[in-house]
Amino acid sequence: MEILLVIIIGLLYAAGIYMMLRRSLVKLIIGLILLGNGANLLIFLLGKIVKGEPPIIGSTEKMLGELYADPVPQALILTAIVISFGLQAFAIILIKRAYKVVKTDDLDEMNATDEDL
Amino acid sequence: MSNPYIVLPVLFQLFVAVILMFAWNRKNLQKLISVVGSLIALLISLWLLIKVNQEGIQTMQAGGWIAPFGITFVADTLSALLVVLTATSGLAVSVFSVGSVRNARIKFGYFPILHLLIMGLSGAFLTGDIFNLYVWFEIIIISSFVLITIGGEKAQLEGAIKYVAMNLLASVVFLTAIAILYGLTGSLNMADLSLQVANVSNRGLVNVTAILFLVGFGIKSAVFPLYFWLPASYHTPPPAISAIFGGLLTKVGVYAMLRVFTLIFIPDDFLTTVITVMALLTILSGGLGALMQNNIRKVFSYLIICHIGFMLAGLGIYSTARIAGATTNLFLVSGVIFKFKGTYSMRLLGGFYKEQPLMSLFMAIPLFSLVGIPPLSGFWGKLLLLEGAMDEYNILMIVFILLGSFLTLFIIAKLWAEVFWKDAQELPKKKYIRYFDELKPLKKQAMLASVVFLSLISLCIGFGAEWVMQLALRIAENLMDPSPYIQAVLGS
Repeated sequence: MEILLVIIIGLLYAAGIYMMLRRSLVKLIIGLILLGNGANLLIFLLGKIVKGEPPIIGSTEKMLGELYADPVPQALILTAIVISFGLQAFAIILIKRAYKVVKTDDLDEMNATDEDL
Repeated sequence: MSNPYIVLPVLFQLFVAVILMFAWNRKNLQKLISVVGSLIALLISLWLLIKVNQEGIQTMQAGGWIAPFGITFVADTLSALLVVLTATSGLAVSVFSVGSVRNARIKFGYFPILHLLIMGLSGAFLTGDIFNLYVWFEIIIISSFVLITIGGEKAQLEGAIKYVAMNLLASVVFLTAIAILYGLTGSLNMADLSLQVANVSNRGLVNVTAILFLVGFGIKSAVFPLYFWLPASYHTPPPAISAIFGGLLTKVGVYAMLRVFTLIFIPDDFLTTVITVMALLTILSGGLGALMQNNIRKVFSYLIICHIGFMLAGLGIYSTARIAGATTNLFLVSGVIFKFKGTYSMRLLGGFYKEQPLMSLFMAIPLFSLVGIPPLSGFWGKLLLLEGAMDEYNILMIVFILLGSFLTLFIIAKLWAEVFWKDAQELPKKKYIRYFDELKPLKKQAMLASVVFLSLISLCIGFGAEWVMQLALRIAENLMDPSPYIQAVLGS
């Protein structure tokens, strides 16, 4: 399981960075989404994967059993997902607006900021 | 020693933002609320600084969860001072916005977002939890995304795409670093991490994580070679927005670096070399970049980069604090000049001194402060930096600091000659810009007042250096020896 996740995370990071290096605006956003998902899976993996042991203290016990799943990474991932969802929604609207105004989705042709005013 | 009031500067900004949203369609009411709110926020943050100064480091455990399990807020001298600076810049920008921001922008929620941005900045300075820091960073960038695009001009949108892409990338790098750090130590509390990281046996992985943090914060604070998004985007939004960005946004990256590299990762020889080289090249490339530019706002953008190099070189807060104030003011100055003349081009500007002698004098203060001319605030920062470099016999650093200062001096002198002394040219009036003369008197005064306000603060710091120096020394002590910080958070 861990090996599988490691490979998937590596692929997501590689694909994300590759997509970000392309000139198209849409691919830039796709790249960012892939990278974000890679990072979320990485948090999940590094929180140590444990099988079928929820971190709940039974009514008769005083403390957690020996083996339990760490709840913190899940909280972190949830937060990160929500945040990246908002940011991606904004970024998608931004490229749509930019495409309408600049009339190109090629990053190399977006040179207005380098012009001398 | 849990003190719930230290989050007050953060909560109050949220409160102001919410109130502002209720006044959505009433522009003048929004302006009033924003200025009054910023003023009260400044008083609150000053109170916090005084309290920290008298009683030592203050902490707050959210929800009563004892550190390191809950989220901790910590106010030490560094955090409190930066919160005061944020509030000061916030007030100046808020007043400046009254005069300079167009109604169309206010209609789309300029003021609430401005206050949410300041809330995010205060939160980032006060938090003691590394994941919480990530969340504050996201609040800051989403607010800044809205501010940079609001208005929707062509250059703005293009600048925004570069800005958004680089900042999202920086966030992912930061998140990756947090993930690895959590995997290594099982903790997110910065004070606890400080103890845990020292015990990790896999030093290679610790160094990789440190570099990931360096890259993530490096993009945000625009250090060499990660700064290219800054000159491409900072000059595109209106001057009031550039001002808060230039004054504070990049500084929060520098602050995060200061925190992480003094508390969690104690830099070894390799890391120290990397940071020093990055800092020196940032000074050089920022200075040379500014030399090449004609648009005054781009010159200021590059000067910001140059001075981030200075801050990084010292990893010393003394210069950070002063320069943050100075750069905010620079962009405000550019805004006032623009309103007078309707252009940012250095070649086209001129004769400003003849038309507005008194204002020019006040504008000279932030410009000269940046160069480091005594007795202005920038001088003390540079003096301390040079002293530090001399003590360590770091010849290379001394050379680069002097070179950087010289470049800044040259640029400012050129700018002064071009904009203020050169004979004015007849400029074609542009229809879509509202010139300064046509503005209402209240708006004129608001814009000028904010520049004068920041210039006076710069002067005060310059003349009252003894007091500031003590504060700086205390901050330096805290950074060099993090044990009081750790003790305050975790208990003994």
